[in-house]
Amino acid sequence: MSRSDVAERTDMTEAAKNLRAVPYRGGGFRPGHWRFVGPLVFAVLLLGWEAGSRSGVISNLVLPAPSEALEALRQLVETGQLWLHLGASLQRLVIGWSLGVTLGVAVGLMVGLLPLARAGLLPLVSALFPIPKIALLPLFVIWFGIGEGSKVATILFGSFFPTVIATYGGVDNVDRTLVRMGQSFGLGWWSIVRKIILPGAMPAILSGCRISASIAIILLVAAEMIGAEYGVGAYVLMAGSLFATDQLLAGVAMLSVLGLVVSWLIGRAERRLLRWRG
Amino acid sequence: MDLLLRGISHRYGGTEVMRDINLDIRRGEIVCIIGPSGCGKSTLLRFIGGLERPDAGEVLLSGPEPEGSLNPLTYVFQDFALLPWRTVAGNISLVLEDHGLGKQRVAAIIEDVLARTGLSEFREALPRQLSGGMRQRVAIARALAVRPAVMLMDEPLSALDSQTRELLMDDLVSLWQRERFTACYVTHNLAEAVRLGHRVVVLSRRPGQIRTVVEIDMELSERGPGHPELEAIQSQLWTLLRDEARAADREIADVAE
Ligand SMILES: Nc1ncnc2c1ncn2[C@@H]1O[C@H](COP(=O)(O)OP(=O)(O)O)[C@@H](O)[C@H]1O
Ligand SMILES: [Mg+2]
Repeated sequence: MSRSDVAERTDMTEAAKNLRAVPYRGGGFRPGHWRFVGPLVFAVLLLGWEAGSRSGVISNLVLPAPSEALEALRQLVETGQLWLHLGASLQRLVIGWSLGVTLGVAVGLMVGLLPLARAGLLPLVSALFPIPKIALLPLFVIWFGIGEGSKVATILFGSFFPTVIATYGGVDNVDRTLVRMGQSFGLGWWSIVRKIILPGAMPAILSGCRISASIAIILLVAAEMIGAEYGVGAYVLMAGSLFATDQLLAGVAMLSVLGLVVSWLIGRAERRLLRWRG
Repeated sequence: MDLLLRGISHRYGGTEVMRDINLDIRRGEIVCIIGPSGCGKSTLLRFIGGLERPDAGEVLLSGPEPEGSLNPLTYVFQDFALLPWRTVAGNISLVLEDHGLGKQRVAAIIEDVLARTGLSEFREALPRQLSGGMRQRVAIARALAVRPAVMLMDEPLSALDSQTRELLMDDLVSLWQRERFTACYVTHNLAEAVRLGHRVVVLSRRPGQIRTVVEIDMELSERGPGHPELEAIQSQLWTLLRDEARAADREIADVAE
């Protein structure tokens, strides 16, 4: 560009240059930070519901007011029943789920690492995974007794299969160059599994845990509806058969809180174990 | 310890990728291998390190392993191959843990290689916090930690931008001045080959055969970017490679059709 060109350009009037801003079109498609909206929606819904019940718009027979459910919950606390029910449920959940996840990770690693195990077990896993374990509950009662055995077994089976599938998928996706690297430095087979494959598959295993935990809660309630004295499921069933809808809602609220707590715990585990992902 | 390659040939399925490679890599020298892409450079390096076996021929070691070497044939990979969940120190520790050295000995070795590569202040950093150049320095430190007899480097600088590449080349030169390590250095970058190679092996297109071996009789410390003698060798290498590269390029295009 010559000097006279530049001069000519600066000589032009603003209007002739037709100055305008480049239109912005880069917004959206991004999660925002509306943290307070969630609780607000909750509060508005509950308040509206309470107001509806008190004014008689919502019939008490159809749906009890939140305050009544809260009252039922308070009574549970006062009589000490809450801890009996929750304790029994938690025990089944923790035992069944942790056994299921442990076995699931072990079998998933085998399927991911040993071609023979994959050939032998994968068809079996694929065939058993889609069966709703609730359908097997009567069978488990016959096999493991009507007591704790059948309940724990149901939860165990329910959390086992999704864990197997998540784990072997995670193993398949571990960066092969990292495995090559381990071999090239003479690491033993077991070292490679423990230090490279397992941490590499951890994100997939943890998201498998999320899924298996929610399946475990669903199965917990179903299992407790057969021959259980204590447990949130038993409590909800009892309330339902007496049409004590306030108690039913209290039980449902407990389940919701249980689910939230479990999901929060897994979130904590993810943040701790997957800190390296940033 | 020297490395002797004797009559190495290989085919993958129906395609012959390598034909009758004979080469000696002597102690204390850097042998650069250049050739058009797809000519089998990485494959050859996998044979040398024992990660794969050739159909014919053999890779021999001659002479005693250097004392205290934990892993005589040690790779430096193009994509660094660092474990993202381990810190810099943890990544180096990984390759020492299986040798039963004891915690203190391992810590001492880590301390030592970090100091030698100028990484001491990054010991607790995670790979994702480091630049590409720093990651490759960590991978080099990891390789040094096992006291290799021969370093097998597969395009170690190819994932880096050209400025970082210059810096790392300087690092490698001064490292070689101090440690006189032996290396087989695969690259497609002629400038790297003439800066670092005591000998440059030129491979033909697939099936890879040795076309020539060019000796560069000049101290590494005297070499630098823009050195006239090196420029001459580089353009000589380019003349050798150009037709091969063009043919290899067209070959891939043919396959894709
Ligand atoms: N594991 C493998 N299976 C089949 N073909 C391969 C394999 N590894 C490499 N090849 C082929 O062998 C040739 C040489 O590959 P490679 O050694 O990676 O070349 P370079 O590193 O020189 O670019 C290429 O044509 C590639 O497609
Ligand atoms: Mg390559």
